[in-house]
Amino acid sequence: MSLMRLLAFAVVLAAALPSSPASAQTTLRVVMHSDLKIVDPIWTTAYIVRNHGYMVYDTLFAMDAKGEIRPQMVDKYDVSADKLTYTMTLRDGLVWHDGKPVTAEDCVASVKRWAAKDSLGQKMFSFVKEIQVVNPKSFKIVLKEQTGLVLQALGKPSSNVPFMMPKRVADTDPSTQISDFTGSGPFVFKKDEWKAGDKAVYVKFAQYKPRPEPPSGLAGGKVAKVDRIEWRAIPDHQTATNALLAGEIDMIESPPHDLQPVLKKDANIKLLNLNPLGNQYVFRFNTLHKPFDNPKVRQAAWYAFNQEDFLKAVVGDPASYKVCKAMFVCGTPLESTKGMEGLLESNFEKSRALLKEAGYDGTPIVLLQSTDLAVLTNLAPVAKDLLEKGGFKVDMQSMDWQTLVARRAKKDPPAQGGWHAFLTSWVAADILNPVMAGFFNAGCDKAMFGWPCDKEIESLRDQYARETNPAKLKAIAEAVQVRVTHYPTHIHVGQWYQAAAVRKSVDGNIEAPVTVFWNVEKKGR
Amino acid sequence: MLYQYVARRLIATIPVMAVVATFVFLLLRLTTGDPAAIIAGDNATAQQVEEIRAKLGLDRPIAQQFAIWLGNIARGDLGESFFFKKRVTELILDRLEPTAALASFTLVLAVLVAVPLGVTAAYKRGTWVDRLVMGMSVLGFSVPAFVIGYTLIYVFAIQFAWLPVQGYQRLGEGFGGFIVRLILPSLTLATIYVALIARITRGSVLEVLSADYVRTARAKGLADIGVLLRHVLRNAAVPIVTVIGLGIALLIGGVVVTESVFSIPGLGRLTVDAVLARDYPTVQAVVLLFSMAYVLINLIVDLTYTLLDPRIRY
Repeated sequence: MSLMRLLAFAVVLAAALPSSPASAQTTLRVVMHSDLKIVDPIWTTAYIVRNHGYMVYDTLFAMDAKGEIRPQMVDKYDVSADKLTYTMTLRDGLVWHDGKPVTAEDCVASVKRWAAKDSLGQKMFSFVKEIQVVNPKSFKIVLKEQTGLVLQALGKPSSNVPFMMPKRVADTDPSTQISDFTGSGPFVFKKDEWKAGDKAVYVKFAQYKPRPEPPSGLAGGKVAKVDRIEWRAIPDHQTATNALLAGEIDMIESPPHDLQPVLKKDANIKLLNLNPLGNQYVFRFNTLHKPFDNPKVRQAAWYAFNQEDFLKAVVGDPASYKVCKAMFVCGTPLESTKGMEGLLESNFEKSRALLKEAGYDGTPIVLLQSTDLAVLTNLAPVAKDLLEKGGFKVDMQSMDWQTLVARRAKKDPPAQGGWHAFLTSWVAADILNPVMAGFFNAGCDKAMFGWPCDKEIESLRDQYARETNPAKLKAIAEAVQVRVTHYPTHIHVGQWYQAAAVRKSVDGNIEAPVTVFWNVEKKGR
Repeated sequence: MLYQYVARRLIATIPVMAVVATFVFLLLRLTTGDPAAIIAGDNATAQQVEEIRAKLGLDRPIAQQFAIWLGNIARGDLGESFFFKKRVTELILDRLEPTAALASFTLVLAVLVAVPLGVTAAYKRGTWVDRLVMGMSVLGFSVPAFVIGYTLIYVFAIQFAWLPVQGYQRLGEGFGGFIVRLILPSLTLATIYVALIARITRGSVLEVLSADYVRTARAKGLADIGVLLRHVLRNAAVPIVTVIGLGIALLIGGVVVTESVFSIPGLGRLTVDAVLARDYPTVQAVVLLFSMAYVLINLIVDLTYTLLDPRIRY
């Protein structure tokens, strides 16, 4: 017997030895974009925890495939004639994972905890006079003045999502992580099997009562079709790819673009764009320090940049990106190119002229480059190149993403450990309107890192929050977009799409802004 | 006498560990990165980040944080992970089995392969066997562990589908799955170790082979195998044992890479995850543990000398 045969025999023999007991249940094994370390979706805005939230918890409202907000746990809701009172009634048969019924009291406590943490929730609550339990199945939100934010906020698709929790859990201080993971969603979190760095396990919740409608985006019937879902922590992309090729896992949520050609070639694997709205790359200014404290200098960057260069450098495949001048994302109700004429076309002469006009003294722009996330790494070198062609001097400083995250929070001058600019990516679902999208906040110290300070933008955002007419909402959003071209808070440098890699034995994946697992079925175990 | 020596060595580890603890603590605090910002997530407001920082005690002066941590360590409390919300001791115990299994399997594999290879190369000095073994040693030394890992995965898991690509199965869940999942990671990790031990074994055996007592043994008519095992290998063992001990540092470094490549939830992966997330309590504890292990292994190696060479006394 040759050595190789001997080895193969030994391996087969070893594999045949008794292992864990066989089970007839269907198990879906998935590698998500990150390992699950924290499990309180209200405590953190991390996307992996949001995705965990969609497994375990349910929402009052949800966004459908058309971007419209639909009732989810709510059976019906009434808005009073003066639009100041929203009365919501829960569906029949909703129960928590411990078998107790979901009550209005639970929902009121959950909404309050969420609103204490989430920025859109806080904005919505600035209009709220009171929130009252009417009966075990109904509650009402009474407003001080009209706002179009109530349903938008309660049906918010991305972090922080207003997930419903039992009152005993929702009463936890919002700054303290929950330790009871009882939800009412289609899957139950197996706390005893959760090993951060290894796997998180969810099992089908047999008592979950889905809506009768077919699933649409994050709305509609959430029917769990597999018995068990394991989120496997495989941080190495190459290993995850190999595991998918070998059939050890069923799906990779975010395979990097450079490995997708390998996956495409395999007959057993399909690449699916599950998030049609995709993501948006963004160049963020720090408006506190020279020269970016001068809006005209920041405007020069609008002229120096073009989206195609960024997208080609990072994504590569034109099928996976879109040149899109609409700040509120192409393919959404607020899509518009108003104010974008002549911008993002790499007009270097115009950029240099603006810098001259602004009196730019050649201060180097401290540009932070994240080097450990493949989807971001190549953005900064492109920005550096285009800015230099546009007349800027650039000092690009490379670091890992976590260092960048810490540094961008610093208000110190760039020469003393601060910064001028960095690039990041937003999930489109987070930037669908000027109130929701954090980088449009121009509230000075209250704004996100970069701290833009502009009364006009803030006034427009406030108008948006109060408006309920869709046509007027769009007009306000366009006005915000135009204002941002004159008082730049950030520049969007391209829309891109992340395909998921799925084995062909898996079917029913839903197109939504968040990867969800109801309706997903698998042939075999 | 031996007990006194062991006691002295153990006491000497206390200042060593204190230096390591201080160094790790300061290094982490001087490294850029903010655990609170990482925990809060990308969309968090400055206020949310501040709340988390206060909750973790990171808003206190560094000296105060250090004093608290040292006090806890003195009581045997390694603290709570920022991210996993578990006691660090619990985390480490949970991750110990995969790493211990991988390291032990690798060590056994490496010694079983490297020592015979080194002895054979020395015995066949100057022949093609010697050149082949030494050539492979240089190769094993030079090729990074992750390249070996990916190559083994490609050949044995993807092309032949004989072995799994990744993962770990606990011994309690079945011996078959346990051993099958350890083969590729151990082979990967053992490569550099085999190279190191084989080279030292060859050198050490060559030195002994030219000794007078070996010539005498041969002159007495003892068979070559007997000479090698009874006279040569035993006398060449001290440098070999030394390099096995020193190689534990290599093994620790290799575990970090190998566990990442093969997705094994052991201490190596825990270290990488904790460093990337700036999970200070976990990094501090794991580094202390690895340092302690290294110090103790060196002590064991020193004690082994007395067994191998009766002339050595402490």
